[in-house]
Amino acid sequence: MKIDSTQHLEYSTEQNRINILGFWIFLGAEIMLFATLFTSYFVYEDRIGNGPSGAEIFEITPVLIETILLLTSSFTIGLAIHAMRIQRTKAMLGFFAITLVLGAAFLGVEIYEFIHYYHVGATLQTSAFTGILLTTLGTHGAHVMFGLFWGIFIFIQIKKQGLTPQTANKSFIFSLYWHFLDVMWIFIFSFIYLKGMM
Amino acid sequence: MEFFERFAVPHPSPMIYASMVAIGLVIIAIIAGLSYFKKWGYLWNEWLTTTDHKRIGIMYIISALLMLFRGGADAVMMRLQTAVPENTFLDAQHYNEVFTTHGVVMIIFMAMAFIIGLMNFVVPLQIGARDVAFPRLNALSFWLYFAGAMLFNISFVIGGSPDAGWTNYYPLASTDFSTSVGVNYYNWALQISGIGTLISGINFIATIMKMRAPGMTLMKMPMFVWSALITNAIIVFAFPVLTIALLMGTFDRQLGTFFFATDNGGMDMMWANLFWIWGHPEVYILILPAFGVYSQIIATFSERNLYGYTSMVASMVVISLLSFLVWVHHFFTMGQDAMTNSIFSITTMAIAVPTGIKIFNWLLTMWKGKIRFTTPMLYSVAFIPLFTIGGVTGVMLAIASADYQYHNTMFLVAHFHNVIIPGVVFAMIAGLIYWWPKMFGFMLNERIGKWAFWFIVVGFCLAFFPMYITGLDGQARRMYTYSEATGFAPLSMLSFIGAALLAVGFAIIVYNIYYSFRNSPRNIGSDPWNARSLEWATHNPVPEYNFAVTPEVVSSEALWDAKKRGHKLFKNKIEKIHMPNNTGWPIIMAGLFFVFGFSFVFFIWSGVIISGLAILGCMAYRSFKQDDGRYIPVEEIKETEDKFGGANE
Repeated sequence: MKIDSTQHLEYSTEQNRINILGFWIFLGAEIMLFATLFTSYFVYEDRIGNGPSGAEIFEITPVLIETILLLTSSFTIGLAIHAMRIQRTKAMLGFFAITLVLGAAFLGVEIYEFIHYYHVGATLQTSAFTGILLTTLGTHGAHVMFGLFWGIFIFIQIKKQGLTPQTANKSFIFSLYWHFLDVMWIFIFSFIYLKGMM
Repeated sequence: MEFFERFAVPHPSPMIYASMVAIGLVIIAIIAGLSYFKKWGYLWNEWLTTTDHKRIGIMYIISALLMLFRGGADAVMMRLQTAVPENTFLDAQHYNEVFTTHGVVMIIFMAMAFIIGLMNFVVPLQIGARDVAFPRLNALSFWLYFAGAMLFNISFVIGGSPDAGWTNYYPLASTDFSTSVGVNYYNWALQISGIGTLISGINFIATIMKMRAPGMTLMKMPMFVWSALITNAIIVFAFPVLTIALLMGTFDRQLGTFFFATDNGGMDMMWANLFWIWGHPEVYILILPAFGVYSQIIATFSERNLYGYTSMVASMVVISLLSFLVWVHHFFTMGQDAMTNSIFSITTMAIAVPTGIKIFNWLLTMWKGKIRFTTPMLYSVAFIPLFTIGGVTGVMLAIASADYQYHNTMFLVAHFHNVIIPGVVFAMIAGLIYWWPKMFGFMLNERIGKWAFWFIVVGFCLAFFPMYITGLDGQARRMYTYSEATGFAPLSMLSFIGAALLAVGFAIIVYNIYYSFRNSPRNIGSDPWNARSLEWATHNPVPEYNFAVTPEVVSSEALWDAKKRGHKLFKNKIEKIHMPNNTGWPIIMAGLFFVFGFSFVFFIWSGVIISGLAILGCMAYRSFKQDDGRYIPVEEIKETEDKFGGANE
């Protein structure tokens, strides 16, 4: 494995560069996945059948808390990658851990939100609108959940092996994933919640 | 016992029971054979755990051929049923199941697998790479496809086949009208193999973008590599749509949502739209690699450079963009306004322009060429006029107002078989014959191959041209029988005869493989066709590391120019070569996906949870496991090269 020390650690081997390109292509596929969900959401938005409408069930407080938590976590993973690039492993691990904690907190609030929907009678089986709402939010939430476990595994690996071309590569790719989820949340926040409450 | 009742076939017949027995016997025979000849270790170490793109490609092709015979059996059953009026060979329900599985098996599990198989084998060789970008993921792609295919294929003996057509339109596919677990199978089999396909798509784009031989700029890539690149881009952007559509379908049928329902806010047309937003790009996923194969074969056997290289690339790019803008033409009659239909009518017709450019480029490649009518070339030459007929009837179908006459008739069936069979199937057979010596080190017999070709071409024309006529006369598709008074009988019989000839043609291909394996000479050198691109610069069959020395390229016809203009392909000394290790987790993970899908189909939640957690466990294991591959030492490479009669230098 040839290591090119003129590049950042995460780009330092050919396989690393290929991995990063491959992940960008994967994110392209993810964009299509969420685009399909959003399109379906817009189709079903007003098709509420016997169920409630968005304006009747959305609550601003948990949504704002979730937004702040996830946006902050996106900032801290950025700091983690910056720390990684200046070789400060401890600082990196710190920011990495904060990111994961914020992610877990986000999920906690989202679960609370889902329970709220259940109590006001908006479940998957209520109407096409509530179905697509929960499917879209759920897909995003499942991505965050997956990311949490993935992040924990990478955290452990950095702790054990230190910053190597491999762990740096994994961390960088994880940060791409995490930023992507943040961007998707901004769309969810704007086009599902804000639009629905207007 | 109650637990097992759900697995019973809801609509049994003697044929299904016979199939059960046959499947059981085949499984026993395979297990017994492997044990008797002590081949388990060989199978596991050399094939099931391999990460070698060539072996994965061959496994894809073997699976595709198996699926070709499964789908072909379905096809012959349909033609047999409709050969005479008022036939009672199949009843309506069985006929529904047979045309549904025929469509799904042929498109998803035969054509897609064949294409990805050829890509796997050929693309890394044509760009001078050692393997694909992510060899382990490549193995996972194959095994996920295989798990999906097997899940789909057991449906007719366990629980019942899907019966709502390969397009699976709602509300027909809802639990109200399709009561067996068949459509659940459809959802999960396509979902699982779809994940595999998406991974392949990412893998090949990364491979082609990053791993080309020195000197091979994008515009010097062989045309098949270009077609693979564009196809995989379509895969990456189209398959996520299917993922969501299938998920929504699964939720509707199994978790009680209302997405495609007709009440409570649901919209059944949403499925049709999502399905075809994936489904139309899907047909270009099938045809573009076929175009790539023809471009290689026609240039080789005309002994001329491919005419209009740049326009070939540009037209494929245009086709790939347009492919996402035409989906509504699949349901002109389903209630859009005239403006919408007009727009989609025009975008559809626009596709004929880049496709026409390609047809003329192939013709001009042959113009003044020294044409050799080998078997692959025969298929390519037959493809041009037959595919053009299919294309012209496609333009007829694109006229929205006229489509009210053709919609859901045999005319449509004739049209899409007319593009898929001469387009895709001929290309896959031609490609298989063309690259066969690369895969196995001997050539298929040309004389037997030509016999098979004539059976297939004549059989195809007889089977499908009559459908154009009965379709225009108003024969609806997917009808299990018709009355004498309709007058469809003679042409339907002709169509059955065509199907039988096609079946004979494929049987001859199988015989040819057996015959050539026994009788063909093995000392054919590395370039038996006098070909033009890099894959023919290494040995037959290809050693596991592909090229002892990475080739360097200066033109788009790399090998041809090396032969004719004295370009030197291999300039460096042999060095140790880095290769990926074998790994067992892809097949294990795919097995778990199979269990997951199967459990979900039958609402066995414990199975779903356990296998779901196990899948995540596999991913965690992969995350922690370090595997840096291995090196093949220089002596070993030299030894191998000597066996082939010295390195190609």
